[in-house]
Amino acid sequence: MYNGGKIIIGILIFVGLVISPFLLTGEKATAKPDPKVDTPEILKMPENERKCVESKDYMKREHMKMLNEWRDLVVRDGLTVYTSKSGKEYTMSLQNTCVKCHSNKTKFCDECHNYAGVKPYCWDCHIVPKEKET
Amino acid sequence: MSYCPEGEGDISMNRREFLKIAGMSSLLGVGGFSLANTVRNDLEASQIKSNPAALTAKRWAMVVDMSKFKAPEDYQKCIDACHRVHNVPAGSDNPKHEIKWMWPETYEHAFPGNEDEYLAEKVKHMPFLILCNHCANPPCVRVCPTKATFKRESDGIVMMDMHRCIGCRFCMAGCPYGARSFNYKDPRPHINESTENREFPTRMKGVVEKCTLCYERLAKGLEPACVEAAKEVAVKKGTTPGLIFGDLEDPNSEVRKILSERFSIRRKPELGTGPSVYYVL
Amino acid sequence: MLENAIYGSRRYWIWVFFLLSIIGAGMLAYLYQFKYGLGVTGMSRDVSWGLYIGQFTFLVGVAASGVMVVLPYYLHNYKKFARLTILGEFLAIAAVIMCMLFIFVDLGQPLRVLNVILHPSPNSVMFYDMLVLSGYLILNLLIGWTVLSAERKEVAPPKWVKPIIYLSIAWAPSIHTVTAFLYAGIPGRHFWLTAILAARFLASAFAAGPALLIILALIVRKYTKFDPGKEAIQSLGKIVTYCMLINVFFLGLELFTAFYSQIPGHMHSFVYLYAGLHGYNQLVPIMWVSSILAAIAVFMLVFPQIRKNESLLAVACVATFFSLWIDKGFGLVVGGFVPNPFERITEYWPTLPEAMITMAVWAIGFLVLTILYKIAISVKEEVVFDKYGERQINAE
Repeated sequence: MYNGGKIIIGILIFVGLVISPFLLTGEKATAKPDPKVDTPEILKMPENERKCVESKDYMKREHMKMLNEWRDLVVRDGLTVYTSKSGKEYTMSLQNTCVKCHSNKTKFCDECHNYAGVKPYCWDCHIVPKEKET
Repeated sequence: MSYCPEGEGDISMNRREFLKIAGMSSLLGVGGFSLANTVRNDLEASQIKSNPAALTAKRWAMVVDMSKFKAPEDYQKCIDACHRVHNVPAGSDNPKHEIKWMWPETYEHAFPGNEDEYLAEKVKHMPFLILCNHCANPPCVRVCPTKATFKRESDGIVMMDMHRCIGCRFCMAGCPYGARSFNYKDPRPHINESTENREFPTRMKGVVEKCTLCYERLAKGLEPACVEAAKEVAVKKGTTPGLIFGDLEDPNSEVRKILSERFSIRRKPELGTGPSVYYVL
Repeated sequence: MLENAIYGSRRYWIWVFFLLSIIGAGMLAYLYQFKYGLGVTGMSRDVSWGLYIGQFTFLVGVAASGVMVVLPYYLHNYKKFARLTILGEFLAIAAVIMCMLFIFVDLGQPLRVLNVILHPSPNSVMFYDMLVLSGYLILNLLIGWTVLSAERKEVAPPKWVKPIIYLSIAWAPSIHTVTAFLYAGIPGRHFWLTAILAARFLASAFAAGPALLIILALIVRKYTKFDPGKEAIQSLGKIVTYCMLINVFFLGLELFTAFYSQIPGHMHSFVYLYAGLHGYNQLVPIMWVSSILAAIAVFMLVFPQIRKNESLLAVACVATFFSLWIDKGFGLVVGGFVPNPFERITEYWPTLPEAMITMAVWAIGFLVLTILYKIAISVKEEVVFDKYGERQINAE
């Protein structure tokens, strides 16, 4: 083909660029996420009270949107109390409600986030809870 | 270089058609996706309310009683309380990157344009506590292109939404009082980990910050940190507090009482900003 | 038409790679700034806008100045500008792109820039600035490309281009007025709080922009077969002359109000810039360089004997451009922040990373300009040259 050399080199560079994210992430991307909920704070609670703000399914799907809405409600509207579907009241706060129970960011939040390759910037400002080394 | 006129199975004609179709599809796709998103489970309005213990007002104001602030021991605790509760980074190596929410200034710097060499010496050296004035007509809010800084309808506090701020610093140019600081670098290395407040976030580089009248404390029914500290200092010294906090639109509030009894000044009132911080000598 | 940009002489490619190397170095500097924050620049709590915003302000003026060739040609049928309009429009495109880049590199959280669109704030002048700059870019791209394609096909441009051109003529002064409004409505900064700021901006823009266009036209004539026209350049020269005179006059008006009223707030920034205040005088030398260049420029431009000599005109244009570049691209912004609201002084000088990023943005602008001019000139060389079959020097 005309300009065959340039084309082949171009294709090789292109393939290299396309697969580079996979090469660079390596293990992190392939390990199945295994978020742990056995933090000291959760273990302190009796088994039947170990419920999150909403159901596990709901939180899995909607926690991103919920946190965004909480953020706007607290910061922009000055409203701080959230009544979950089960009737229980919570203070809307990532740092003072969510991570009070889920105090293990690296074994909980990061598990799925690393797998999905997302880096939410919450922790640039919101203080990461101190994790106990297990 | 010659150019083929359009028509008759010409490549460029098909390419144009293709681009038109591709563009339209993308727009419809993105539009459809956004539409689908709106029907996801939103939070119900009935699930949200404010804390019944929260302190409310129509317009929060602060009176700084200079007769109670003579030396650093009188006011430094107020500043320290504020900066500690909000994880304000300590003075870094570079004064150009200083971040401060509350600090003292002498008369000529707090009230430039009013200086006079024959002013009472005592007044010239008074440590006027400077903070955001939470203006009634704030120029910083007027200029913000994202409403990251905004005036709360409920109580007049000029707020900061750190999540939305793009760091354009227009508000810093707009503020006539120099109340705002910018995070020119990551503040975390300059925050003392042993004294940080784990219940309040830090900020990251690239956003503007300032006093927010302790909105997070008001929401829990607590007074601003500086006001609380001023009360503690007053109790120790056996006087009344130097910071009086209350609702300017409540005729029976503490602030209205003190303003009706003593002469007060505000910083640069001629600019029409309507500052809510008063100073009584 | 784009393919014209990848065929070029040795000189063309050396120039392109020179620009690319500056851009590369600047990008590394920007990555450094992105990682560590704007603290790598010389900005401070007191001087919170610096070189980036100053350059943005100056370049909006250059972008707006495209109207100075478009208006006479399209609105008043001033045929002499026929071969200049595309150069003016493409210069406007390059300038607006530089403006947007300078805003972007100045942001503390650039990844959130879309918040300006997601959360429209009609109360903010910056919101309108975003709208008018984007609109102006689209307008000029549309007009320039369409008219150039039509010329290449040797047909008249489509009818719908005319109203869009008229829109761009009205739009051009608006982009610079809105930029002036960024400054002129700020209650705390007395150096900027003057009704005449928008007028000053326009006057200096219509001097600096055409000055640059003259220099570019002379370069184009020297290195290509395309000649924008001797008379066109002379007309532009007259525009630069009058606008520079108006600009200097406006500065005089400002100085009068400040110093006859003797109000400290009005005087202080001028004193800081031109004489030094309380011992702070870092900017005094370059502000006087700007003034001296302005004086030289005015002197050379006012006398037709000097102006008619194209080499001397080029010198006068260079002096005009750099004088205004210092005044608007640096002195204006920094002067507004000195002294600060507490009557204290923090000085500002750009750092090396800041300068490298600034140069990279300029290089990107010049690269866009080079590519667009290459395309325009290739088309013109083919069509306009062939029409007359001879090299045009004193045509029309």
